Amino acid sequence: MNAVNPLPGAERRFMSGNEAVARGAWEAGCRVAAAYPGTPSTEILEYASQYPEIYSEWSINEKVSLEVAIGASLAGSRALCAMKHVGLNVASDALMTQTLVGADGGLVIAVADDVGLSSSQNEQDSRFWGRFAHVPILEPSDAQEAYEMTKFAFTLSEKFSTPVILRMTTRICHVKGVVTPGTRTEFELPEGFRKDVGRLVMTPANARHRIPRMFEREERMRQYSEESDLNTVREGSDRRIGFIASGPTYMHVQEASPQFSVLKLGLSYPVPIERIRAFAAGVDQLVVVEEVEPILETEIKAAGIPVVGKELLPRVGELAPDVLRPAIARLLGEEPEPQTPPPAAPPAIPDTQAQPGAGLFPRPPTMCVACPHLGIYYCLSKIRKTSISGDIGCYTLGAGHPWNALDTTICMGASMGVALGLDKGRVEADRDKKIIAVIGDSTFMHMGMQGLLDITYNRGNLTVLLLDNRAVGMTGGQYNPASGRDIHGADSLRIDFPKLCEALGVKPERIHEVNPYELPNLFKVLRQETAIEDTSVVITNQPCVLVDFYKGQPAYGVDDEKCTGCGNCLDAGCPAIAVTRRETVVKPNGKEKELAFVRIDSQACTGCDLCPKTCAPDAIVPLQGFTRQ
Amino acid sequence: MNEHTTTNILVAGIGGQGVMTAAEVLAQTALSQGYDVKKTEVAGMAQRGGVVTSHVRFGPRVLSPAIPPGEADILVGFEPAEALRWCRELRPGGVAMVNTMKQEPPVVSLGLFDYPDEPVQQIRAAGIDVHAFDAGDIARKLGNFRLVNTVMLGAISRYLPFPPEVLKNQIVDRFRERKPQLVEINEQAFEAGQAADAAC
Repeated sequence: MNAVNPLPGAERRFMSGNEAVARGAWEAGCRVAAAYPGTPSTEILEYASQYPEIYSEWSINEKVSLEVAIGASLAGSRALCAMKHVGLNVASDALMTQTLVGADGGLVIAVADDVGLSSSQNEQDSRFWGRFAHVPILEPSDAQEAYEMTKFAFTLSEKFSTPVILRMTTRICHVKGVVTPGTRTEFELPEGFRKDVGRLVMTPANARHRIPRMFEREERMRQYSEESDLNTVREGSDRRIGFIASGPTYMHVQEASPQFSVLKLGLSYPVPIERIRAFAAGVDQLVVVEEVEPILETEIKAAGIPVVGKELLPRVGELAPDVLRPAIARLLGEEPEPQTPPPAAPPAIPDTQAQPGAGLFPRPPTMCVACPHLGIYYCLSKIRKTSISGDIGCYTLGAGHPWNALDTTICMGASMGVALGLDKGRVEADRDKKIIAVIGDSTFMHMGMQGLLDITYNRGNLTVLLLDNRAVGMTGGQYNPASGRDIHGADSLRIDFPKLCEALGVKPERIHEVNPYELPNLFKVLRQETAIEDTSVVITNQPCVLVDFYKGQPAYGVDDEKCTGCGNCLDAGCPAIAVTRRETVVKPNGKEKELAFVRIDSQACTGCDLCPKTCAPDAIVPLQGFTRQ
Repeated sequence: MNEHTTTNILVAGIGGQGVMTAAEVLAQTALSQGYDVKKTEVAGMAQRGGVVTSHVRFGPRVLSPAIPPGEADILVGFEPAEALRWCRELRPGGVAMVNTMKQEPPVVSLGLFDYPDEPVQQIRAAGIDVHAFDAGDIARKLGNFRLVNTVMLGAISRYLPFPPEVLKNQIVDRFRERKPQLVEINEQAFEAGQAADAAC
């Protein structure tokens, strides 16, 4: 096989788009990299941190990570920050002014859009930021390009003195492909930090002068984009359609319809509109294939070039080949291609039968076996008259079965302000409602602390549950200031949450640290604090089961003789507890009652000791002589 | 599955079963054979007990990383209901290799849904060439439940466009570097998978 035709002796590495970004940054001489974890971007910093030449950090939020990168750029180093799409909303305050300042050492913002919402609260299109902040957008279409474009992004940033956005999507970040890497070239500006008040201090008087320069820069970049070899045509044989594609859609259109020409936009902003006009002239119909928003479509139409876009293609989710094929067939007035080639087909599925697997149970994400959040939600599900504002993290799953104990989720830190608003805006019918906010350690430090200060300052009557599991759980257990470890696992600050909350204005007697596996005490504290008309904070103190702080104990099992089938343990929602049989009995008062007898998957059980406290007949017992395989 | 086309392998299971590792080993093996390779990874919420799938594609030039519907050559199902869920992704004549060890999700425990009756029979009834055996039981008898992964790879090894030994060596080399004490047991697991497939 001579698949990729690597250079003789060149190493072919198999890496994800995220790893490729880190590799490209390292080779470009990047010296500072910062990020807050967020799917699908998290691994960029995990890989960057493995290069000793790069100072890497987990920042407490994306805005800080961008500011760290800005400072490093001004100090004369090449700098990278990485974030998921919603992270750039947080960082945008810094971006929107830094674009006036520009960059000294290359300043690259890698932003990962979660097209298809695999793990996000919305599906937004980061390409808008290029227009909004007047900065260039690079869009790799696979891991090799992620590597090459990251490397190039630093040069582009310095050439035009601008922050550069590297826009990725889940299908770039989390797809592994073959990459042929090179070597590192060191970079630093010999003069270092250059004092320049007129450029670096953005008071109104100074910023006013920078704005025309930004527009002039954008115009030069527009010219550059027209000539850039990042924007290329792959010629096809059939002139009926010409595609415009960028990022993953470049691969998808080639897979779906290789016969048509494609104008690939690697540097997708500023838009090379004259290149598009010339390309459009050579095809019968121009079709723009862009995931999420019709951004290019709008701009192409505004330039007076006829183009087909979102009237043909969906505005939500990935534009994968299975979406593109029928759409293209429709456009051409042809029947959709059959999904499977007809020759030599095996016996077809009988018409009388539905598709195999139709109606199969879903397998939604669940909390882990022994998760420290289980006890919290067990209690919350049993406290009446509550409104519970939630936040971004594993604990968002508390909105689902069996707990149904979370009422809102918006964005990082929103549980705080929303809780205060639920309190201040309550109507007479909700006078007795207990207002509760649920937030994790990492989200609290990201954007929750300010909200808590707002609550105490404005005398909120609510209870904050600060679930401190000492890691960023949902993204895979990255460290943060609650871990006591830095990005490399080395000892670092471990924040003292009771002290922090006290400093933010919570009365010391209203701050409680609890073990979330000790149910009776947890219940008592929650009932007590939710009944008090003041701001309370209840902090849990057991680690995420996925990080190495967690130490399992011998497993439990169910004594079948004692299990009465009450099903109360199932309310904890631990995935290690399974129903073995169900029965319906008639109680003495004539009412029917459903019974569910259970067993514990001892291989999965970590002996957290939560569920025995839900079991009145003491049927859940430690297993004697059990060894976990 | 000849060398001029793309080979598509869909690995499906539940978070924590080793789906990603199996897919990684297949991809690395294909890479070592000179192919262009792409592999999707799933991270984030899918790790939390949800469905995990990985698409491994290799050939002279791989474009889109996701296997188009109905074009998978091999389905590696780590759990029978998950194999049933994904079996329609197979092309006509494709092979489904299924671990019959069931794992019921909490939605079944809670009584919200039923676990399907005879998922393997349902796959077979759809006209699919299904090879099913209890890989969990084989792994347990070998003394380590985590060997399910290697057992399943052994089972599909004869359906790949390179010799089974190439895949076996890839696995063994991985362990030789990291955990040499597990080399021998993984060889046995691989061979047990081959034998189990032959007996299907």
